[in-house]
Amino acid sequence: MELRPGQKLHSAVCDAQVVVVRAPSADVALACGGAPLLADGEEGDGTATLDASLGDGPLLGKRYVDDEAGLELLCTRPGKGALTVDGRALVVKGAKPLPASD
Amino acid sequence: MNLLLLLDMVAAGRGDEVAVQAGEDRLTAAELLAAAWAGADLIGGASALAYVGTNGLAFPIGLFAAAAAGVPFVPLNYRLSDEQLHDLLAPLGDTLVVAEGDAAALAARGHRVIAAEDFVAAARTGGAGDVPADGEGEAVLLYTSGTTAAPKAAVLRHRHLAAYVVETVEFAGAGPDEAVLVSVPPYHVAGLANLLSNLYAGRRVVYLSQFDADAWVAAVRREGITNAMVVPTMLARICDALEAGGDDLPTLRALSYGGARTPATVLERAMRLLPDAAFTNAYGLTETSSTIAVLGPDDHRAARDGDPVATARLGSAGRVLPGVEVEVRDPLGAPLPEGEPGEIWVRGEQVSGEYAGRDAPLDASGWFPTRDRGWLDADGYLFIEGRSDDTIIRGGENIAPAEIEEVLLRHPGIAQCAVVGVPDDEWGQRIAAVVVPRPGVSLDAAEVQDFARRSLRGSKTPEIVSFVDALPFTETGKLLRRVVQADLLPS
Repeated sequence: MELRPGQKLHSAVCDAQVVVVRAPSADVALACGGAPLLADGEEGDGTATLDASLGDGPLLGKRYVDDEAGLELLCTRPGKGALTVDGRALVVKGAKPLPASD
Repeated sequence: MNLLLLLDMVAAGRGDEVAVQAGEDRLTAAELLAAAWAGADLIGGASALAYVGTNGLAFPIGLFAAAAAGVPFVPLNYRLSDEQLHDLLAPLGDTLVVAEGDAAALAARGHRVIAAEDFVAAARTGGAGDVPADGEGEAVLLYTSGTTAAPKAAVLRHRHLAAYVVETVEFAGAGPDEAVLVSVPPYHVAGLANLLSNLYAGRRVVYLSQFDADAWVAAVRREGITNAMVVPTMLARICDALEAGGDDLPTLRALSYGGARTPATVLERAMRLLPDAAFTNAYGLTETSSTIAVLGPDDHRAARDGDPVATARLGSAGRVLPGVEVEVRDPLGAPLPEGEPGEIWVRGEQVSGEYAGRDAPLDASGWFPTRDRGWLDADGYLFIEGRSDDTIIRGGENIAPAEIEEVLLRHPGIAQCAVVGVPDDEWGQRIAAVVVPRPGVSLDAAEVQDFARRSLRGSKTPEIVSFVDALPFTETGKLLRRVVQADLLPS
């Protein structure tokens, strides 16, 4: 799937929703719980099942990255299925908290 | 990414907590989102939503209603005359104007106007819709303060503001008891950033309709305020109020300041009066979606403990935020080594640099010239000398007014001062100091010059010294140097 920043995607197997923050230049296979993520407005055929062995699902407000693909997602709804790109698990972007400047 | 999506996340995660409050009026994040959709219906087919008013619930509802309608939100200075407001509104086309107070004059000029209280009441009936994700649209048009030129509208797209928030604020990172007091004006980028950052952090946003030091202190105590952001002129008045009233502010944990250069004397006094608060200096511009560098609480504490390096850095804007790059360049655009002053250029996802109806001043690689002068130290601390336009060039030597002002403010008899260049046939410019003496103090020019000469070279000692009762500042603490300069010139 070709991704662009600001694109909304949702899981076929759980409640998870994400937005693309940084998009890879090449096509990638982006999945949640083992099933391909769906574009906004796209519905699954109902046959996909959640593969729980892939790990925990995304948490609301956390950013998930894969440095190899140059991908960053923001979780806008939490879910049960783990996020993967080309079979690799996405990792939470750990950021040192900044002092509140506003 | 769209700003409405950020609100939608807060509504999903912490939707039942109070998100925004003005007086006794409160909205949860879920209610604010519903109000945004109802507000979008009121906008109808207009191409922009303008807001003319003080801080209140109409500001957050208006911002997100505009996002829901897919049109820009345009907060305007409510102190402008009807004539000035009309001039700023005219190029926007068909605009719905949400206005506090008497809006008859604007309506008479053909603008579609709704009273702020009616807008809020109608929006509170609530609505719903599909939250957009796209970040390309114009989120906010903000008129820059125009201290050196006519005002122009900076265009901040959703993706600029969302990048700033997502990159710098931890979602729902605030504790349940945290509350921020917002007293900066709604037509300033700080008012916008205050709302977005604190909402995303899950911190209750409490509005003060407009700044007044006694009301600010009272609100901090009444509302259990933990966080606040103020401009330097506000900070000085808060210090006066705290000293006069003898109040402490036990709930205030974090106080950030910015918007203009803060005199060292003001900061030192504030740190003495609020020993338990964590201080943060924020530097940014309208065109960069607010903050691009911060000097954090650890740096302030180290300075308070007497560390000489940290003390020198109290005069800096701190380090650049993640996601933002800074270069100091010479007039030909070549990068300068650390320690050497030049023009500050910035680049990053939050940097817009776009003005309505004009070509963007970004260079081919996306760098934006801030028109601020400054330099970086060995550890990446950014020192701001002031606006490039304000630099005094005397006999070929570049002189930053701030350096001389900081020295003069150490004089016990000087309350405020402004240093500007005045045209001179021999030197190009000569240095003039305009001084506000403290009440009851009598000063003469020779004494001010002697005091300056003790810390500065002769070439930096003001050649002209005049005395005034007050200096002209904008509401956000920026000195109107061109007014000071004009007053010095023979009419």
